[in-house]
Amino acid sequence: MTEMGEGGHREIGLSPRLLAEIRSGLMRMLPQVIAVVAAFIVGAVVLAVTGYDPVDAYAMMLRGAFGDIYGIGQTLTKATPIIFTALAFLFAMKSGLFNIGAEGQLVIGAFAAALVGISFDGLPALIHVPLALLAGALAGGAWGFIPAVLKAKLGAHEVITTMMLSYVATYLTSYMVNYPFKAPGWVAQTVPLDPSAQLPRILPPTQLSASFIIAIILVALTYIILQKTTLGYEVRASGLNPVAAESGGINVKRTMIIALVVSGAMAGLGGAGEVMGVHDRFIEGFSPGYGWDGLAVALVGGLHPVGVVIAAILFGALRSGGMTMTRVTHVPLDIVVILQSLVIIFVAAPMLIRYLLRWREHKG
Amino acid sequence: MTQAVEMLGITKTFPGVVANDHIDFSAAKSETHGLLGENGAGKTVLMSILYGLYRPDSGRIMVDGEEIRMDSPATAIRHGIGMVHQHFMLVPSLTVAENVVLGNEVTRSRVVLDTKRASDEVRVFSERCNLKVDPDAPVHTLTVGVQQRVEIIKALHRGAEILILDEPTAILTPQEVEELMKAIRALKAQGKTVIFISHKLREVLSICDRVTVLKKGRLVGTVKTGETSLSQLATMMVDRQVLEVFKKKTVQGAGAVLNVEDLQAVDDRGLPALKGITFDISVSEILGLAGVEGNGQSELVEALTGLRRVRGGRILLNKIDITAASPEKRIRLGVSHVPADRNREGLIPDFSVMENLILGSQSEEPFARRHTVLDYGAASRYADGLIADYSISTPGRETPVRNLSGGTQQRVVLAREFSRNPKLIIAYQPTRGLDIGATEYVRGKLVEMRDNGCAVLLISADLDEIRALSDRIAVIFEGRIVALKDPKKTDEEELGLLMAGGKVD
Repeated sequence: MTEMGEGGHREIGLSPRLLAEIRSGLMRMLPQVIAVVAAFIVGAVVLAVTGYDPVDAYAMMLRGAFGDIYGIGQTLTKATPIIFTALAFLFAMKSGLFNIGAEGQLVIGAFAAALVGISFDGLPALIHVPLALLAGALAGGAWGFIPAVLKAKLGAHEVITTMMLSYVATYLTSYMVNYPFKAPGWVAQTVPLDPSAQLPRILPPTQLSASFIIAIILVALTYIILQKTTLGYEVRASGLNPVAAESGGINVKRTMIIALVVSGAMAGLGGAGEVMGVHDRFIEGFSPGYGWDGLAVALVGGLHPVGVVIAAILFGALRSGGMTMTRVTHVPLDIVVILQSLVIIFVAAPMLIRYLLRWREHKG
Repeated sequence: MTQAVEMLGITKTFPGVVANDHIDFSAAKSETHGLLGENGAGKTVLMSILYGLYRPDSGRIMVDGEEIRMDSPATAIRHGIGMVHQHFMLVPSLTVAENVVLGNEVTRSRVVLDTKRASDEVRVFSERCNLKVDPDAPVHTLTVGVQQRVEIIKALHRGAEILILDEPTAILTPQEVEELMKAIRALKAQGKTVIFISHKLREVLSICDRVTVLKKGRLVGTVKTGETSLSQLATMMVDRQVLEVFKKKTVQGAGAVLNVEDLQAVDDRGLPALKGITFDISVSEILGLAGVEGNGQSELVEALTGLRRVRGGRILLNKIDITAASPEKRIRLGVSHVPADRNREGLIPDFSVMENLILGSQSEEPFARRHTVLDYGAASRYADGLIADYSISTPGRETPVRNLSGGTQQRVVLAREFSRNPKLIIAYQPTRGLDIGATEYVRGKLVEMRDNGCAVLLISADLDEIRALSDRIAVIFEGRIVALKDPKKTDEEELGLLMAGGKVD
């Protein structure tokens, strides 16, 4: 870091800044990389002890996840909603809020998108698709707005309120697709979306849809908002030191409300993408816990937008590669859950310890 | 007189700070001993060493003449030392009796809790100590004063002969303070040693037999309360530094910049902290506000900067009523703030020097285009300019301020606050914790800003600083301005007396 001389070329702009950013990013990811390696080592021991060949299992998992176009497509498909929820968690976290309700924001966003998708017959796709996406984002944003206002006005802790609202979203949509909006048949789901509201598949025959592209755009947008805009500056300042931010003229409460609304909108957009790109309808219980995976992925990704993509792909690969592994080697799929949990433990434990230490420092 | 406890040559350093520098301290049996000093003087550290929470770098501790290696609170408790912290260590949902016996519970056959017997035991015990409490009341239903009493009973129940009370009155109402004083007298009558940590002169004087005064980690002296006075203690306690005389331009005052009228506010506990404060500051004037910490200074600063809502009165800045304006609005109108705790209130330690320098201007031209997108080019040029102007010694503008020294951090705060053309500067303990060089720099800058037409409110516990810089001196005591003085026509003794709530004729 010492080569920051007074060289005039620094005025020109980004490249040294960007380089430094990349270097520090890699350094920051190091604990995460070590955690992932450690998780796989412990996983190998578990496999060996239970009588399976770890090398064989991992090879199959790798081949399943990245071995061919189909595998890659499925990996990215599984990673897509997690990118959205991880960004949602990350954005709120940067403002100092612990949004653990991404699951509910995703589900309510998905349902709102589905409603728009099955209504408005005959709308051109150019309008119908953005409208449905917008509905998803708005619904998710509204689900973030409620706890944000409760926090700002009454001091209600967002961990409680976002989680509670998550259940409200799950059961509310469950009621909706079991009664008013239930499609004929046994399954609790809506009728299919109008084709004009469906996102195109970008890697047939896999389920990978344009939602993945939206996710990547959102990653870039998140980075730009946080680093290059006034809003991002205020969000980060509020998260790092709310007292100094307030004293320095930032309206911390308003900033937190905006951050949580944006966070909810991100998760809601992810839900819309699932409905419009993968399932083509709202199905009860379509999310196997993407919101929670998002929390883990945001932490594994070191709370950095790019890290989030890498971590989400890792989690997606575990899911899709695990399927192949089970089919070929008869290793039970549970090993995937074990691996995921190990990664989270190895990543979260040092982060938690560091967080607690800083907390003590602040108190002292 | 045999000493119940003796501490000899205690030294304790933390990274960058000498918290205790060869301090000697002793207290006798059935003595109430005051430990007096400003915040950061090292009182709590010294007592935490006695209670085994910190290990000293050097020095010896003797209890009843026997040298003890005080390696943990458990050891301290075993040797009859108890401590009541500022933050209570009680379990709110448990009853008084359950809290008191916590750790050595009364049981039947070592398994089943005998709450009845615990309750009876605590009742008898508390009556014997002359500290009445209802042993069956859940702790969360009790007032702060009674909770404190429970803490004291808990310590005594564990066999404390030497009881350390850390700022016990800071959280109490005046009535509760009276109750506490009664309790301390009762303890004294029972032969207990009480060490009373405080920065409130009157209380120390009224309850203690002797007082030890600390200042910036050093021992100033130990005096008998019968042989000292408020003003002597005040001058022992506050800072005196060799200072250079500042040459100030004589400027004709051209009307008031700040008018504060009958300002009233409550503190975090809801107790009145500002009880009708009125003053004004003119163009090119430094008003020094002298006072012992905790007499309403921080509430006044928060009220003026918009961080605390007021209960009554008005604040006018250049005739504009800003009583209800947001901190943001006040900054726009020209209020600059140098806070007392720069790391907590003044800076965002994880932000770079540049990011900290634009705090408060981040949505203004030229740092933001159309109030939305940050212009790093403009911010960089601005930051480089300020780094040069204020001689901020940093490897670069991208360095997090966390990595800078205290004096350099304060330069970052000054650079930001002074470079946006302020009309009013509120400087709260602006030189606290700085070395001589940095102190002189900050003081020089304040005078420079005054000479350029700023109104400055300087709040400090350092009388020499106040006297050297101020055009007028106001003294604050218990939320009121008790005197306005011309610095040339007053002296340290008089100010010390006024700060302690004494009357001058």
